[in-house]
Amino acid sequence: MDNRIDVLREEIKQKLSSVGDLAELDKLRVGYLGKKGSITALLKGMKDLTNEERKTFGAEVNKLKANAAELIDKKVEELNRRAIEAEIKLMPVFDVTTPPELTRGSYHPVTLSQRQCEAVFKSMGFTVEDYAEVVTDYECFEAVNIPKHHPARDMQDTYYLENGQLLKTQTSAAQNAILRKYGKNLVENGVPIKAIFPGRCFRNEATDACHENTFFQMEGMMVDKDISISNLIYFMKTMLSEVFRRDIKVRLRPGFFPFVEPGFELDINCEICGGDGCPSCKHSGWLELCPCGMIHPNVLREGGVDPEKYTGFAFGLGLTRLAMMKYGVKDIRDLNSGNLKALSQFTDDDN
Amino acid sequence: MFLSMNWISDFVDFTGLDKVDLIHRFSLSTAEVENEIFFKGSELSGVVVAEIKSVENHPDSKKLHLLKVDAGEPELTDVVCGAPNVRVGMKTAFAKVGAKLGEIEIAPRPLAGHMSYGMCCSESEIGISDDHSGIMEITDDVPNGTDIKDVYDIDDIIFEVDNKSLTNRPDLWGHYGIAREFAALAGRELKPLDTADPEAYSELAKVDMKIEDPLCQRYSCLQVENISRSVSPVNMRIRLFYCGMRGINFLADLTNYLMLEMGQPMHAFDSRKVGKIRIKRFEQPFVFQTLDGVERNIDENTLMICNDNTPVAIAGIMGGLDSEIVEDTTTLTLESATFDAASIRKSTVRLAHRTDASMRYEKSLDPELTVPAIARFLYLLMKYDGGVKVVSALTDESAFEYPQVDLSFDKSFVDRYTGIEIDNDTIVKTLTSLGFKVTLDGDKFDVLVPSWRATKDVTMNADIIEEITRIYGYDNFAVNTTRSPLYPVREDVVKNNEDRIKDMLVKRYSLHEVHSYIWAYADEQKALGIPVEENVRLLNATNPNIETIRRSMIPTQLCQVKSNVGYAPDFGIFEVGRVVDGVDENNLCVEHKMLAITLYSKTKDVRTLYFELRDMLATIADDLKHKSLGYKIAQPKHCYEHPVNLNTIILDGVEIGKIGIVHPTVGKKIDKKSSVVFAEIDMNAFADAENASICYEEPSKFPPMDYDISVVVPAGVFYADLEHCWKNEGRGILKNTKIVDTYDTEIFHSITIRFEFSSAERTLSSGEVQEIMDKIIANLKEIKVTLR
Repeated sequence: MDNRIDVLREEIKQKLSSVGDLAELDKLRVGYLGKKGSITALLKGMKDLTNEERKTFGAEVNKLKANAAELIDKKVEELNRRAIEAEIKLMPVFDVTTPPELTRGSYHPVTLSQRQCEAVFKSMGFTVEDYAEVVTDYECFEAVNIPKHHPARDMQDTYYLENGQLLKTQTSAAQNAILRKYGKNLVENGVPIKAIFPGRCFRNEATDACHENTFFQMEGMMVDKDISISNLIYFMKTMLSEVFRRDIKVRLRPGFFPFVEPGFELDINCEICGGDGCPSCKHSGWLELCPCGMIHPNVLREGGVDPEKYTGFAFGLGLTRLAMMKYGVKDIRDLNSGNLKALSQFTDDDN
Repeated sequence: MFLSMNWISDFVDFTGLDKVDLIHRFSLSTAEVENEIFFKGSELSGVVVAEIKSVENHPDSKKLHLLKVDAGEPELTDVVCGAPNVRVGMKTAFAKVGAKLGEIEIAPRPLAGHMSYGMCCSESEIGISDDHSGIMEITDDVPNGTDIKDVYDIDDIIFEVDNKSLTNRPDLWGHYGIAREFAALAGRELKPLDTADPEAYSELAKVDMKIEDPLCQRYSCLQVENISRSVSPVNMRIRLFYCGMRGINFLADLTNYLMLEMGQPMHAFDSRKVGKIRIKRFEQPFVFQTLDGVERNIDENTLMICNDNTPVAIAGIMGGLDSEIVEDTTTLTLESATFDAASIRKSTVRLAHRTDASMRYEKSLDPELTVPAIARFLYLLMKYDGGVKVVSALTDESAFEYPQVDLSFDKSFVDRYTGIEIDNDTIVKTLTSLGFKVTLDGDKFDVLVPSWRATKDVTMNADIIEEITRIYGYDNFAVNTTRSPLYPVREDVVKNNEDRIKDMLVKRYSLHEVHSYIWAYADEQKALGIPVEENVRLLNATNPNIETIRRSMIPTQLCQVKSNVGYAPDFGIFEVGRVVDGVDENNLCVEHKMLAITLYSKTKDVRTLYFELRDMLATIADDLKHKSLGYKIAQPKHCYEHPVNLNTIILDGVEIGKIGIVHPTVGKKIDKKSSVVFAEIDMNAFADAENASICYEEPSKFPPMDYDISVVVPAGVFYADLEHCWKNEGRGILKNTKIVDTYDTEIFHSITIRFEFSSAERTLSSGEVQEIMDKIIANLKEIKVTLR
């Protein structure tokens, strides 16, 4: 009896050492520990034994059984480890330095510039307004103090439509509508008018690398009691510093625009040379950026806002120009070309 | 316009001040000065007055002469000179050895075998005119050897002011007006102009002159005779040249000089041709020859100066050839007038002829300037030509009076507008220096605007603010934020939707945003066989290719897709832009803001691409509105739309746009083997749809149950029809349906639909699900959809 246990123990040890895979091992396990396995069979043969013998023998078999199970588990572990080692060995080194395949679309560069400006103004409580591209003579000119035969109309070669309307030459065409939209709230509830209105403008002129007949501007205005020139300078400086993400020096020069009085040309110190003078700023150290000024009393009056009680400032920023400056676009015509070789480069930009 | 600091200095004493610095301040306070400032004469040295003592022909050259000149030195100097006008006794500008003329440094050098120790110079060579026909002839009595710069005002600082920045300043079109600004900026006195008194001849007969048309606001004239001088003084010529004008003859130069000095254009007529001045328009168009020899068509709107009924000049623009001063003119009539600015401007445009005079008249010149201009002209004329005789009384007629502009305001008005503190003294001083008459009573200002600012420039209190602040200097302003109360700002829905759609299309679908023009591209569309749709047209397009405003952005995008074929095998473009759908009952354009998307692919079949686009739009609607889109087969109206696959897109029962496959005829013109699909959505209609709220449902703890059926769908039946069969049958437990398989043969089209059931409260029984499914299958059978 005793030696049957020893024989089996030796046999198991021997067989386990030669097992190569999990399937074989499983067969082995069933062969010894299964219902019909050899160890189980040993227990079945115990009925012929005495109680004393049975006790001793049973304990021996159980020991063998536990021992065998332990050996098999160890073997399983070993085989699993070997399998993973083999898998790792098979795995090649992947070259992640190869060129990636990007899935990306692109924004129009003007959209990017526009969003940057909008974000700054929204953060200061301005609303963003939308406006038509086809407007009336009244909206574009009369309402903003440019009566018929005013020389300013010469400066802006206008596309007229056969129905008497025109393609807006300037975002100022929206000023009247915005004054009317928010004027009541200003007068009745004291809510200041703070609005920006980006939009497409049109000038009937020959196109070249620097001139386009279709381009974007962003107009802004603020109207309240006691809005001053000092406030205007503050807002322009703050806004431009935020847009360019640096401290911008601004300077105002008198400029003649019928919708403002006083009117200014706003220059910023040249980003390229830092104000020392370079070809980009024609060696002046300053770049002419946007016309601005205190809203002309006639414009306020025409918009239903009493110029005796309220003052305001307005400005017109060249969005297209800003985008060109920012991204170094040299030919303005690229922007409306639809040429994806040019335009697909402008992925999202928060700089 | 070029300006001379020497000229300005005639009227302001700048002693001790940096002139260049003042020019920069002028640029910041008055009008834009171009960056380049010219230091005339700075590159000229060693040029003296010298007299030609002898002239010999050069033995080996027909052109050259051998000269001996007296340059003020003990010995005469040998010079070889090629100028044709050399003669003994003539004084000229002589560049001695060591002299500098710009880049050139004069050194002794042999010329055709003879040494030359210096160079006789033309006016062009010393930079005071463009005359290089011969050497300069100096007629003034100056000792030989005197430095030419001590004789003439060659050293000068010239700066250019951008004309556009003077549009609203009629008073700045002459040096005297500019000098007034400099005086105010420098805090110095503006000296009065030296003038003669044209009123002193009132005993003489007046000129026969009559304004017959109110477009002539004022006409002043005077007759003079016995002008003997023909060449202008050198300093006058230098100033004119530096300011961009060519010297002509004394009289013409003097009228130009006066215009550049006072801003008042003047004209001189031969009194023999112009004895009866009438200012009027003609009813019939005619041809008129101006003094530049050009024949111009004059219409009924053009104001003319006439000798009785014979036109002699286009008012404010240019004189006629016939009445011009000629060699034997003895008596001439000086005109100094003001005309309606708008009329001159329009005539200039009609005639396509802008002159120095018309440029000034267009700005609304001060009518008070005509007589002072004659007074100044007369002074200069008599100064340089002593024998001149006035032969008429000053004749002056006004047909129009500008109202005097009186303004009054409080100090608090200035404070409110500026946002800073500028004291009363500064305000009074500033305005006074600019010619305003100011009375200060406590804190109340009464201001009389000078005539030269009152024509259109300064008419209201806000204009006064500009005068005060620009001289005060914007660089000196304290910068303050506002004290306005804060209120919440609500974002516009259209704008919000537009931004989010752009983000989705770029970030999720990798599309490219493009921009385009609002008009149809006639040429490009022609290449695709897409005719330009009839619509509102531009009246003044210079290019017929861009004449008609577009009704849809799709043709534009198809053109853009074509031009990008080759960019990549697959790409998509989009734009939020405008179209015009004709005019409404008030004849106003019906403008729509549209989103257009076009997808192009060489690798995907058209069905895949079409569904990609559909899913894009569906995802947008789901994301922004939590709603699904409906579709309705549409009849194509345009040649680029596919006859079979064109759908109207419906949101909340409203048609908001269309989606379609491009017609193969057009598609093949874009690219022979490719798929192109498009969609166009009205942004306002989209934005109008309300945003449904998210209905949160707690995840069920009970197992869901799926039930698949495969059905054969006959032609003409759409999935939307199938949906009606279960829409009202779900009993709250049918949560979702989807297509899990499609199977097509030549004979039938079959789909497998999965019905997903679940309940938050209980485990579903197969019996209740089967009951619902039986009803659905029965409903399907009614529309001829049967189980496979």
